[in-house]
Amino acid sequence: MGMQTIGRPTAPANAEMTDMTTVSGSRGLQQREDLIFEFGGVDKTGVDLPKPQGRKSRLGGVLRKQATGLPGLSEPEAVRHYMRLSQKNYAIDLGFFPLGSCTMKHNPRLNEKAARMAGFADVHPLQPQRTVQGALEVIDELATWLKTLTGMPAVAMSPKAGAHGELCGMLAIRQALIARGEGEARKRVLVPASAHGTNPATAIQCGFIVDEIKADARGRVDMVDLKSKLATTDDIAGIMLTNPNTCGLFETDIKEIADLIHAAGGYFYCDGANFNAIVGRVRPGDLGVDAMHINLHKTFSTPHGGGGPGSGPTVLSDALAEFAPVPFVIKDEDGFHLVEDVEGQGSEAFGRMVAFHGQMGMFVRALTYMLSHGTDGLKQVAEDAVLNANYVQARLKDVMTPAFDGYCMHEALFSDAFTADGIETIDIAKALIDEGYHPMTMYFPLVVHGAMLIEPTETESKQELDRFCDALADIAARASRGDEALKGAPYLAPMKRLDETRAARKPILKWTEPAPEAIAAE
Amino acid sequence: MRYLPLTEEDRAAMLATIGAKSVDDFYADVPESARLSGTIDGLPDHQGELAVERHMARLAAKNTTASDGPFFVGAGAYKHHVPASVDMIIQRSEFLTTYTPYQPEIAQGTLQTLFEFQTQVAAMTAMDVANASMYDGSTACAEAAVMACRATRRKKVVLSGGLHPHYAAATRLLCEAQGIEVIELAPAIDGELELAQHVDDATACVIGQSPNVFGTVTDLSPVADAAHAQKALLVSVFTEAVSLGMVTPPGEMGADIAVGEGQSIGNPLTFGGPYVGLFACTQKLVRQMPGRLCGETVDAEGKRGFVLTLSTREQHIRRDKATSNICTNSGLCALAFTAHMTLLGGTGLSQLAELNHEAACDLADALEAIPGVELLTPRFFNEFAFETNVDAEAVLAMLDERGVLGGVRVSRLLPDGGMGNVIIAAATECTTQDDIAAYAAALKEVI
Repeated sequence: MGMQTIGRPTAPANAEMTDMTTVSGSRGLQQREDLIFEFGGVDKTGVDLPKPQGRKSRLGGVLRKQATGLPGLSEPEAVRHYMRLSQKNYAIDLGFFPLGSCTMKHNPRLNEKAARMAGFADVHPLQPQRTVQGALEVIDELATWLKTLTGMPAVAMSPKAGAHGELCGMLAIRQALIARGEGEARKRVLVPASAHGTNPATAIQCGFIVDEIKADARGRVDMVDLKSKLATTDDIAGIMLTNPNTCGLFETDIKEIADLIHAAGGYFYCDGANFNAIVGRVRPGDLGVDAMHINLHKTFSTPHGGGGPGSGPTVLSDALAEFAPVPFVIKDEDGFHLVEDVEGQGSEAFGRMVAFHGQMGMFVRALTYMLSHGTDGLKQVAEDAVLNANYVQARLKDVMTPAFDGYCMHEALFSDAFTADGIETIDIAKALIDEGYHPMTMYFPLVVHGAMLIEPTETESKQELDRFCDALADIAARASRGDEALKGAPYLAPMKRLDETRAARKPILKWTEPAPEAIAAE
Repeated sequence: MRYLPLTEEDRAAMLATIGAKSVDDFYADVPESARLSGTIDGLPDHQGELAVERHMARLAAKNTTASDGPFFVGAGAYKHHVPASVDMIIQRSEFLTTYTPYQPEIAQGTLQTLFEFQTQVAAMTAMDVANASMYDGSTACAEAAVMACRATRRKKVVLSGGLHPHYAAATRLLCEAQGIEVIELAPAIDGELELAQHVDDATACVIGQSPNVFGTVTDLSPVADAAHAQKALLVSVFTEAVSLGMVTPPGEMGADIAVGEGQSIGNPLTFGGPYVGLFACTQKLVRQMPGRLCGETVDAEGKRGFVLTLSTREQHIRRDKATSNICTNSGLCALAFTAHMTLLGGTGLSQLAELNHEAACDLADALEAIPGVELLTPRFFNEFAFETNVDAEAVLAMLDERGVLGGVRVSRLLPDGGMGNVIIAAATECTTQDDIAAYAAALKEVI
């Protein structure tokens, strides 16, 4: 028998089995996790509910015939299921997430704490207004911040996300045109080729037609193309322009663009997705904007949650303010009032976009964030975001190909011109995963070949940026010399590259019970 | 500034690396007249965590919560218990602070939960497929209407008189913007089956709701048959997802598209949002669907994994030809929904539904026993409409004075509906016998 070793320090022996397989399918801290349908039980439950009394139903026989058959899990199993799955996700709280145009900044935990206060979380949208004065005050206070920061006179609070805010702005423009008697005559919306896909999709949803304008060699709106469009058409409804634009650049001619559109009888919709670059430093209202949505989940730090919920309040100019949708909050000597219906009130509201009053949970988080930063802090937010992006651009400009000359705003854009034949943007992105980073935005904007859009945000330290730039510079060097190993990346993620073509060809969109013969064959 | 890691030394060193004098250089493209010299006026400067928390707590304290007393407010959002573990799971950083899963190798957590969510929603609605969520029930309803028009190449939709008025408004808005004719039937407590009389060969879809806004449950099968006879679609709506544990689900009634609000499962009331829209349809219509879809595939080593799929429907690929402009959906609320459903299981959901129904039956018994109260909803799940001889707004205000939040007046949702004395009251598993007794006692006093 060997020496008693309990409690004694141990030292590792030589270990060579780096690609070992395991019986369990887990790999150390990376736990294998099946679908709940594969290990849950129909009679299992993670909640203890009282037994129903068994009284006579008043459903009138409108009863479910077939049970859902859905399995349940006990609480420990359920908690473990989601913890294991969570460990297969990358997140801002784990590391740098430079996804361009998405503004993945730190999500303060104080925001979460405030949103969970019972006075916000446990309040019904249709309670008598006397009982929700604090909630209405939050909406009013946040609206004041948004109007002041943008220099705009009005804001519609109910849009549920950025694209929904776009819809709000474009419906306000549609309504204004109808009020002018030009609803049918003006259908053309100009959209730059570099725009987010939501812009043209939104214009179509509002019944407009989309006319694309070119980008010039500087990555801005091609003024020659714009002017010729305006000279040859007489049905302009407006323009949808992102500023700073999706190339990470400020539209130098923005005031001239606004003036030209207004002179042509149209309205200026500004996509506010990139407001983080200018918040506290530039007010869109000073640029001739008529409508702009603000992604609270970008600029104002509400969490992205793996794809929402977002929130897209939309600021409106004097020309559009009267068309804002219901509901809205007004204040008088009796307190705050929620106006839900405008019959007989002289309002030209274009309608109601959504049930209830908007994303209150996001309003609370965004207001908490604004109060934390203050007007001074928000200015610093924009400046640090822009400084960080320019730093990344400066550190990488010699090993990668900047898409355009000069300084950028809050994101640095590169093309794939520096890569050797056969190496693509996706290979660089996937190699970043092996280095422990979330990839940048790939292949967007469309106006730059093999685009790589890097948005660091203000919540990254210089040390983190340096580590990232070191890693990306090395990958870029490998891409330049045609290192074929990049094609297989990622090697160190929970999964290898996934077959998206197969997923789309014959979509499997839910779990189904395997056929008995398939089980037997296993 | 606690959220900003850069120090003054960092900033100076970075500017030197860049070769810029100050950050002002980066803003040189901003037109001269739009450059601000200092900070924006009229707003406070930064504050510490304690001060901000106090400010928000002061605002929160001005609201009456659904747990402060007997509570019967429903009509599209419902007070249910959310297990502690659900809120813990959605606060897990890896779910909370990640993005739409564009990089599937490092997003299998989000993707697998979406696949489970889609499977659960499809089973609950008894439909073939479900998407990865919409903003909420009302926008899901509007998207269903325009999807039906796309699928049928027709431009007319018919809304029942029991469809939640906010859902009807959101649907009307989107349809009218696209030149789609919207026919709204007159408000009716038990009129869902009237849809069958309003479908012709130009109709894209009819939209009915069960339980409807007045709480009435209806088997929409005759409406489905009438719609299908004209090659039109049935869109079946619900605002109370817990009802799916007990009430005939859309798929069993022949619905082509099922949409609804998922807030009741896993999500708090939060004054109306964020919520989670549920969207399901038949296999035939899947490529017409709006929103994200998660699908199963394999990785380069043949290991099962999940990806976002059929994105050629979506705005970031198809731009002006997309099925919808939706981008961000309601991911974290969908996670709360699926985590709560996983704790419940099918059996738990049925039991929860029964508890809700019994609470509403007890409430109905108690209110019906009061002279002057007339119950208007013939068949109900967990809410119903009733009428008194007194204006509903006044009744609710007097109930509020007695510490009871007694429901929603129909006149708030339908100002011109001619139902000024009608109140919609809901009960859930949170409703106690004491709550019901308090409601009955207070109502007796005020009418």
